[in-house]
Amino acid sequence: MNYSRRWMLAAVAIAIVALAAGSGCKKSKVNPFPASGAVAGWEKTGDTRVFAAKDLWQYIDGDAEQYISAGVISTSTSDYKYQGQLEAVVDVHTMGSPDGARKILETGTSDAKAVSLGDAGVAYEQSVIFRKGPYLVRIVAYESTPGTPQALMALAHGVEAKL
Amino acid sequence: MKNRREFLKNAATGALLLGSQGRFGLASVLGQHSKTDPSRLVVAGDPALHAKDGRPDEQRVLDLLDRAMTAYTGRDNAVEAWKRIIPRDKVIGLKVNTVGLKPIATHLVLVLAIAERLQQAGVRAGNILVWERTAEELEAGGFTINTNPAHIRCYGSDVSGFEDQVETWGVAKVQLSKILTRECALVLNLPVLKDHADAGVTFAMKNMYGVIKMVDLKSLHTNICNPGIADVNCIPAIREKVRLTIGDAISALYDGGPLFHPEHMWHPNALMVGADRVALDQAAWNMIERKRAEVGLPTLEAKGRAPRYIATAADARHQLGCNDLQRCGLVEA
Repeated sequence: MNYSRRWMLAAVAIAIVALAAGSGCKKSKVNPFPASGAVAGWEKTGDTRVFAAKDLWQYIDGDAEQYISAGVISTSTSDYKYQGQLEAVVDVHTMGSPDGARKILETGTSDAKAVSLGDAGVAYEQSVIFRKGPYLVRIVAYESTPGTPQALMALAHGVEAKL
Repeated sequence: MKNRREFLKNAATGALLLGSQGRFGLASVLGQHSKTDPSRLVVAGDPALHAKDGRPDEQRVLDLLDRAMTAYTGRDNAVEAWKRIIPRDKVIGLKVNTVGLKPIATHLVLVLAIAERLQQAGVRAGNILVWERTAEELEAGGFTINTNPAHIRCYGSDVSGFEDQVETWGVAKVQLSKILTRECALVLNLPVLKDHADAGVTFAMKNMYGVIKMVDLKSLHTNICNPGIADVNCIPAIREKVRLTIGDAISALYDGGPLFHPEHMWHPNALMVGADRVALDQAAWNMIERKRAEVGLPTLEAKGRAPRYIATAADARHQLGCNDLQRCGLVEA
């Protein structure tokens, strides 16, 4: 009886590990960046660059530490352009858990406007930040124009749909 | 320069030619030319610097630079002001800061204005070298890479490489960029005024982290980069070759730096010029604190990241400059 119970527990444990591994594998295959034209007006203008946590300082030097302490696994980034003029950058941080994404989102966003994106999101005039599961997405426009907030939200929804 | 808007756009990739000037051969030249109070700090502003399209107006930036440089040197004419402080036959490095995306990088329009005046003062285009840590960072900041010595050059330390020798000063154990050690006789420091998550404030002295490869990354970042930043600035090549700072406070970050956080950006519309890197950083800190108070944010002290490296840099051991702005020759132009 004891033996069979142990075997059953072991089988359950193996199944959980297998599921977790499968889920991790799936995560690494996620491509959250909409292709050019997938979101009206938006063109993907650069290659996707990926930084592991240990190399994150190469991309966000001076700001990497807060992501590392929140458990970032990797950060992917790509440049976009809206209607050939408005430049923006999309950063997708893959955290170790949803808590890590929540921790970053809750830092310094007290004066932001809450938006309906993913599990939670906020928007400013030139940027949108949201989290969905272990992903923390930050989209920043280089300029403020009357159409910037709406264009950013459209792109954010495009990213959210791919996560 | 025939067309400063285009000067970096006509880039041709060619072999990087590394010069072989003496390490501090410029000291005597600077000694002859510079009779300015070493702690003199000029803050020049233009509230109308940004045009209607939200970008800095090219002509107004040039005018602001001229006003800052004439006030700094005491000369009436901007070109004469430049002639007073730079050698004509040596390589002049323009160390920009492009960490944090284009909107909060050293403004290209400012770099173009400086390059124009340098050439009018007699510096050959190929002897002007715009540089940063990597080509990728430069491009992200809106600059175009060019290694052709027939034109103004622009590339990163990833192209030049770093010296094998490890330089040590206090906690700093670093390898220096060959752009600093072998190419440039004089470096103009062009930092951007920003809040900084690790250092509190990044401006004149922190920008020198961009001329080194860190042997021990952690030691230079612990304790809010204190004494790391002060120690790095005491390394002889950095202390002696980086002789003048033209700080870009056209746009600045009062929180969330050094990365571009548009919600925390403001436009001081100013340039800050001086040779005293400590005075410059003290003034930068004051500006950031004033802005934080204005928008209701706690002080950097209250946030646990006051930039104490500034006082360290002024102490008897480091003697990098003056952190008492009452004693500095602060001039508003």
